[in-house]
Amino acid sequence: MTDTQYMAPQTLDEAVSAFAAGGDTARILAGGTDLLVQMRAGMVEPGVIVDIKKIAELNSIEETPDGSFIIGAAVSGAVLAEHPTFGKVWPGVLEGLNLIGSTQVQGRASAGGNLCNGSPAGDSVPSMLAADAILTIQGPNGRREMAVQDFPAGPGRTNLEAGEILVNIILPPRAPGSSDAYLRMIPRTEMDIAVVGVGVSLTIENGTCTAARVGLGAVAPTVLLVQEAADALIGSTLDAAALDAAAAACSAACNPIDDKRGTITYRTKVAGVLLKRSIGIAADRAKGV
Amino acid sequence: MTENNKWIGERTIRPDGAEKVTGSAAFAADTTMPGMIWGSVLRSPHAHARIKSVNTSKAEAHPGVKAVVTAADIVDFPLDIPVALGIQDMRWMCRNVMAREKALFHGHPIAAVAATSEAIAAEACKLIEVEYEVLPHTIEIDDALAPDAPILHDFIEFEGKPSNIAGTLEHIKGDIEAGFAEADVVIERDFTTRPVHQGYIEPHACLVSVAADGKATIWSSSQGQFMVRAMTGMLTGIPQSDIRAIPAEIGGGFGGKTIVYLEPLATILSKKSGRPVKMIMSREDVMRASGPTSGSKSTVKIGAKKDGTITAAEGVYWLQAGGLPGSPIRGAIGCALAPYDIPNGRTFAYDVVSNRSKVAAYRAPGAPIGAFGVECVLDEIAEELGIDPLDLRLKNAAKEGTKAVHGPTYPLMGYVESLEAAKVHDHYKAPLGPNQGRGVASGFWFNAAGESSAQVNITEDGNVVITTGHPDVGGSRAGIANICAEILGIDYNRISVLIGDTATIGFSNLTGGSRVLFASAMVVTESTNKVIGTLCELAAKIWDIDPDAVNWEDGEARPAGANAGQFPPLTLEELAARANESGGPIGASTQLNTKGAEGGFGTHICDVEVDHELGIVRVLRYTVLQDVGRAVHPSYVEGQLQGGAVQAIGWALNEEYIYNKEGHVDNPGFLDYRMPVASDLPMIDTYIIEIPNPNHPQGVRGVGEVPLVPGLAAVRNAVYDALGVRFNDLPMSPPKVVEALDMAEAAE
Amino acid sequence: MAKMHISTTINGEPTEYLCEPNDTMLDVLRNELNMTGSKEGCGSGDCGSCSITLDDRLVCSCLMLAAEANGAKIETIEGMAEGEKLHPLQQKFLESAALQCGICTPGMLIAAKSLLEENPDPTETEVRYWLAGNLCRCTGYDKIIRAVLDTAADMRGAA
Repeated sequence: MTDTQYMAPQTLDEAVSAFAAGGDTARILAGGTDLLVQMRAGMVEPGVIVDIKKIAELNSIEETPDGSFIIGAAVSGAVLAEHPTFGKVWPGVLEGLNLIGSTQVQGRASAGGNLCNGSPAGDSVPSMLAADAILTIQGPNGRREMAVQDFPAGPGRTNLEAGEILVNIILPPRAPGSSDAYLRMIPRTEMDIAVVGVGVSLTIENGTCTAARVGLGAVAPTVLLVQEAADALIGSTLDAAALDAAAAACSAACNPIDDKRGTITYRTKVAGVLLKRSIGIAADRAKGV
Repeated sequence: MTENNKWIGERTIRPDGAEKVTGSAAFAADTTMPGMIWGSVLRSPHAHARIKSVNTSKAEAHPGVKAVVTAADIVDFPLDIPVALGIQDMRWMCRNVMAREKALFHGHPIAAVAATSEAIAAEACKLIEVEYEVLPHTIEIDDALAPDAPILHDFIEFEGKPSNIAGTLEHIKGDIEAGFAEADVVIERDFTTRPVHQGYIEPHACLVSVAADGKATIWSSSQGQFMVRAMTGMLTGIPQSDIRAIPAEIGGGFGGKTIVYLEPLATILSKKSGRPVKMIMSREDVMRASGPTSGSKSTVKIGAKKDGTITAAEGVYWLQAGGLPGSPIRGAIGCALAPYDIPNGRTFAYDVVSNRSKVAAYRAPGAPIGAFGVECVLDEIAEELGIDPLDLRLKNAAKEGTKAVHGPTYPLMGYVESLEAAKVHDHYKAPLGPNQGRGVASGFWFNAAGESSAQVNITEDGNVVITTGHPDVGGSRAGIANICAEILGIDYNRISVLIGDTATIGFSNLTGGSRVLFASAMVVTESTNKVIGTLCELAAKIWDIDPDAVNWEDGEARPAGANAGQFPPLTLEELAARANESGGPIGASTQLNTKGAEGGFGTHICDVEVDHELGIVRVLRYTVLQDVGRAVHPSYVEGQLQGGAVQAIGWALNEEYIYNKEGHVDNPGFLDYRMPVASDLPMIDTYIIEIPNPNHPQGVRGVGEVPLVPGLAAVRNAVYDALGVRFNDLPMSPPKVVEALDMAEAAE
Repeated sequence: MAKMHISTTINGEPTEYLCEPNDTMLDVLRNELNMTGSKEGCGSGDCGSCSITLDDRLVCSCLMLAAEANGAKIETIEGMAEGEKLHPLQQKFLESAALQCGICTPGMLIAAKSLLEENPDPTETEVRYWLAGNLCRCTGYDKIIRAVLDTAADMRGAA
């Protein structure tokens, strides 16, 4: 007999109540691709598991009249890929989410879960940073919003307050001439945790980059928004000098560790390489190539 | 390839296939019995520690716990008396299945518990109180050899002093000093390889039921039910006649399941509790506490004349044994120079203990390590002399009559053919693009023969049931059925092939050493021929003629020539229906210590493409060319070539054991122990060469192990061709590739 | 918490079981329901040998709580053949020797079936990437990929 309890509430209010009441040992279950791995590794023994997959708001994808997307926190990468327009507007966000794990994992893993797990290497996060996503959060004290770059607090930690549940991720309307891309370095072709992940979002008007955001993952305790890299790109024609400067800014922003997946030297170098490559992809997409 | 054969060489459907594709095949973890309880192992949290005491009383008192086992329950084999079982020494086996004086690696079993659920068994393990005296640990070879290294075993001495060098082995031929003096070019390089795991997807598992009279039945995932019976018997003190070891279907072994881990523990737990006990290793336990192979360091020196003739070669190797002696130094020094006709050669290896789990065999154990440095240095000599690397090997290729450095004189075999086939293969001529490179390498494995048993029985309805003795890891049942169908001249689908257990089939040696088809084919051939003899005698009796006047052809007994009489043939079905008219049931059994296995040779061609900025190496194209003697079932022969090559690719590029400061394995799972996935690879092309083994009725040579041997250097030589950087240390993981490229650039 | 009572559909059949809240679907398939066709190779979603479909979605059953199956549709390897009629993939795997030890085979077949239902005409690269989460150590994947491509062609031809 285990002490763990499982519940699958139909409403967000029920979920928040149960989650808050469950205290430190309560866990949210969306796709389970982090939670079940941690349970099996003995890293966590949940008191109550609150399955959020029956709550409509957390499992829907809405495209609003003004062109924003509201993605329920529990929506899986596979379901998001099947949306008729999302991948055309945010190919980088979609590809980041759908690089996590395997086909089997993508059938379950969600952007919300990836964010809430707080891994600095989470594949979906750099693109969401680059997209300037806004997160909707609901807790015992009601609903609030948070910019995605304020969400990660450190390895395995987020800035959710006790009892708060991530509800959805809002991506803003896209200006014309915009697109995004996510690239990561892994040693194999699939199945690895990112050694470095770069998400970039650009707007190009008449050959000039008028807006840019760069998210950098797996090279610091949290995913980084690299303003200096963006600044190097904005106002440029994405020429070699601008790319070099942006790449150097990414390398400079790195604060990685040596671990079983990569060394400090390697990660720092690769951050710059991936920045240039992802800009190239995002730019081609923005120009409609 | 098939030479008028009807079944040998055919791609028949394996007899166990339907079960495997529908999920109904019974692997060890799939077995259950009424009343079954679960066993769990308490494992050492320390990489090196003296065990002062083990107190299991709280675990025993825990509700749901039915039995506990400690080292006191395992038969002790005193340290001063070697006791051999196959290539294992029971002194080490008894300390490997459960720590005695010391915990020698993180994860070393200390005790085990059987309880009514897995969860309770695991909880109860936490209640076992162990007093450890933690000792400094040592993992890497250089650290284990350092003057101040922690010494694992005070009974191991080298050159008169306590040491972590547990043994050495040497082969010498000729005079290497003189040989090097004659050379125009001499190249000497140092190499390292990291420890790697066999990587079988199925964790070790067993179910053991000991009856009240002490008779034990074991279902387990193993490469040898007779080994399971013998080891379990010797470690528990139960007579082998009271143990029935049944081989479950096995989900991969590659050598890693040629010893026992769980079976003796489960047997004792079952005996004490009176209940069947099931034990399954977790993936993490497999990675930490089964038998991944040695990491190594080596120095290889080869001298050659300007025309490419090798005048001398020397390889000195250090292999990790793990916490107890027994690294595969024999394979390393025996196979390293084996493909070559070398007048002066020396190979020498050290067996080094350190605080990691005891190594088990891994597909041609020691040979990939032995061959790696040699095949790399040959590549460099070829470049230095301006000779094509295949031509360099051809110039020095071993042939029939060559006396190898490791001792034997070769019979007819197909090494030269593998090189010549490589030279003219489309792969070798295909153009390469930017950042791409091509490498070649060759390799050898001894191949084993050994004991095998088979029964061939004719059913009353005229079909055939064959029982053999070796677990089937790769489709051997299909090959066996092909052979019997060929000899009997009947349709393949009329033959069932089963693998017997220790009670139902005669002694058969391990599934390993690339021997299964070789050995099974011999005993099945002999049994089938005996059956044919019986059938002909029965026909002769029915026809009232001399048995010598009866032939067997195409599934029928026929009079031999007109003089014998004008009798219509008697089919197998007709004779089977009249079996009671013969002297006895129509069937035959053969048990042999088979001999005559000959080594296997192969050559690989590998193309890679390298992303310079990220250091990622991708294999674009791969071809395996190997002399297999006779491809009794070509699909399963190809499968061995392909599977071995991919394991080599993993070993060369991304697989390695990573240890942290505490001496724990930092990557004990498939996430960070990076084996090749489907998207990493191209198709693996194969080219089968058949130079029949003259000692074997079907000409079979062992196939399964050779394909791993050349691959490490083939990939590495391709990377050199692509990048101009020679990697002498494996794996060639991306950070190391980038670092090497940066250093090369800085040097310019 | 007492055991949970779950009602689900497995391979088209209504199925009920009791489970602990923290049991995985794989645990229940193998230990409660004696459906041992799905295998545990790693327990952490890295090998794919436990693959099943959940509401027609390919997932690892080791990464799913058994409780989540309530009201859902589960398909496992045991449901792939219809009586003695093998699915074309199963038949092709046998003919092409796309298995050696067979431990990865159930997961591989479930994953391949899921692929062909989504994309009846995949390229070799698409097959390899779809199956990247299904580890095989015996075959080097060559014959598996060929079997999937050949079956796809057969099924398109037969359609």
